[in-house]
Amino acid sequence: MSLAIDIRRLRFRYGGGPWVLDIPELTLERGERAFLFGPSGSGKTTLLGVLAGVLEANEGEVTVLGEDLASLSSAQRDAFRAQHIGYVFQMFNLIPYLSVLDNIALPARMDPARRARLDGAGVKETAALLADHLQIGDLLKKPVTELSVGQQQRVAACRALIGAPELIVADEPTSSLDFDRREAFLELLFQECERAGATLVFVSHDRTLEGMFSRRISLPDVNKAVL
Amino acid sequence: MLVFDLALKSLRNRAFSTSLTVGSIALSVALLIGVENVRVGMRESFSNTISQTDLIVGAKGGTIQLLLYSVFGMGSPTNNLTWDTYREWAEHPAVEWTIPYGLGDSHRGFRVIGTNEDFYRHYRYRGGQAIALAEGRPGSGVFDVTLGADVASELGYGLGDEVAVTHGIGEVGFLNHDQMPFTVVGILDKTFTPVDRAVYVTLEGIEAIHFGWEDGAPPMPGEEQTREAVLAMGEIEITQVTSFFVGATNRRDVLRLQREVNDYEGEPMMAVIPGLALNEMWQGIGYAETGLRVVTIFVVLVGLLGMLVSLYTSLNERRREMAILRAVGAGPNRIVSLLVLESVCLAAAGAIGGLALVYVLLSAGQPIVEAQVGLFIPIRPPGSIELLFLGAVVTAGFLMGFVPALKAYRTALHDGLAVRV
Repeated sequence: MSLAIDIRRLRFRYGGGPWVLDIPELTLERGERAFLFGPSGSGKTTLLGVLAGVLEANEGEVTVLGEDLASLSSAQRDAFRAQHIGYVFQMFNLIPYLSVLDNIALPARMDPARRARLDGAGVKETAALLADHLQIGDLLKKPVTELSVGQQQRVAACRALIGAPELIVADEPTSSLDFDRREAFLELLFQECERAGATLVFVSHDRTLEGMFSRRISLPDVNKAVL
Repeated sequence: MLVFDLALKSLRNRAFSTSLTVGSIALSVALLIGVENVRVGMRESFSNTISQTDLIVGAKGGTIQLLLYSVFGMGSPTNNLTWDTYREWAEHPAVEWTIPYGLGDSHRGFRVIGTNEDFYRHYRYRGGQAIALAEGRPGSGVFDVTLGADVASELGYGLGDEVAVTHGIGEVGFLNHDQMPFTVVGILDKTFTPVDRAVYVTLEGIEAIHFGWEDGAPPMPGEEQTREAVLAMGEIEITQVTSFFVGATNRRDVLRLQREVNDYEGEPMMAVIPGLALNEMWQGIGYAETGLRVVTIFVVLVGLLGMLVSLYTSLNERRREMAILRAVGAGPNRIVSLLVLESVCLAAAGAIGGLALVYVLLSAGQPIVEAQVGLFIPIRPPGSIELLFLGAVVTAGFLMGFVPALKAYRTALHDGLAVRV
């Protein structure tokens, strides 16, 4: 039960296309900060989709936080994702018609279990606290369209972190930031993951950041589907 | 609740296209309900115009025509009946009462009706209401005139004013009986029927203004009669009536009486039962009404299709949004319900807006329609027909919402968390 991610003989392809993922084994301890890297097309985003339960493995076992995803229905996987996983995209993370606060609060409103983990504090208060931690506390009332890219990514991080999910998945969240901001963003993200005791899977093709992580995984090395 | 909140905020975010869509649905719904309202109102207005009259008798011709010119002040009478014939029928044992009408003249676009005290005594409208006077008295002298409520208010006439009658029926007559002005002695209460838009004189008055017109043309210059001369003549002999209303002593005799009138050999004449003639008229109009209704239903469908197009085309730029919703744990069914809900909201807003628009238009248009056409379209709270229409529009919006929703569903499944092109 100490494994956050346990992948065995995973194979995945889109429809009847070529295999995109063929991973004999990949495990990640709870609380680890993993840096998953590989060139474009090496299946990074697809792997994250499988881990998040949005994509269903064709073969093999994918156990996330002790839950065998193949044994769940797609609705159960949606609920599982809502409850246990925080997700940060590369860019365009925010729903344009919601305020910063509403964007952050979204997972907590989507899922009762996630709401229950707010430790008795209200959704708004928790969102405001997280925003303070990530130094965007003064932006809560702003429309998201007025934020800079860096601010947007922090809002996305807050949303991923609210309700303390056990697994944070970040898909190149820093690639649209300049170098100094990348480090600052990562520092904040680490800090919050630590506070929540969350496992972090961080995907990037840019290896300049890998020194900051406790674990480095080269996807081309583990994914046999990449030639 | 979350999905509802998202749907509303998303629609508000696209305020311009949302308001265009809602506006076009509202217009089409207003057309649908408006047409229905006018149709029902028109029928009601027509059938409320006359009540308790068993037969309308006039010269042979079209039954609907007789009904239109006698009761509704529309179209022109063809021939008259002689006074003697009228009297013969008025004294028929099966006839309880009659109201004679002499038609064919007008005053500034309002029909002039020559009648007698029987009109005030026996005429009934809307469930048996009798004619009442707002002021003055019923006209009884040769040059007395009683005005319908609208005539008095629109022309600004009061008791004692003088009124000239125009030969023929039309807004602007060029043959005026202006040698013999009438004096207003009474103004009728408003009835919301064509009675309000008529000018009532005596049958003697009609005879008097036509002295010298026996051949249908105005008298030669110098031969015109004057009011004083007519008054000096004493008793005026009534020679003809255009039509008359009949109340039967016993309702069971009506059909027999009608047949007797139709078979009368003295002169060509006919009797119609108002309700039946009205039904005949509705049947004739029914095809046009059905056609109109089909057209308005299609207009509503076009409005809803506009909504469909607008939602569908917005989907591509919303793929990111769907991927984000998926990432925070929204299942594909939530994506579907979001889009269906947006569609329902648009349709419902359009339907309610359309209903409101109908009431705005009705209250603004009611006096205009009454003045122009003489129809009083009542304003009522929405009835079962309106609710049925609104329900149908919202249901159609709900069903149509599945088209973009299923497209979004497939895209969401296909995209997963990344937007694939």
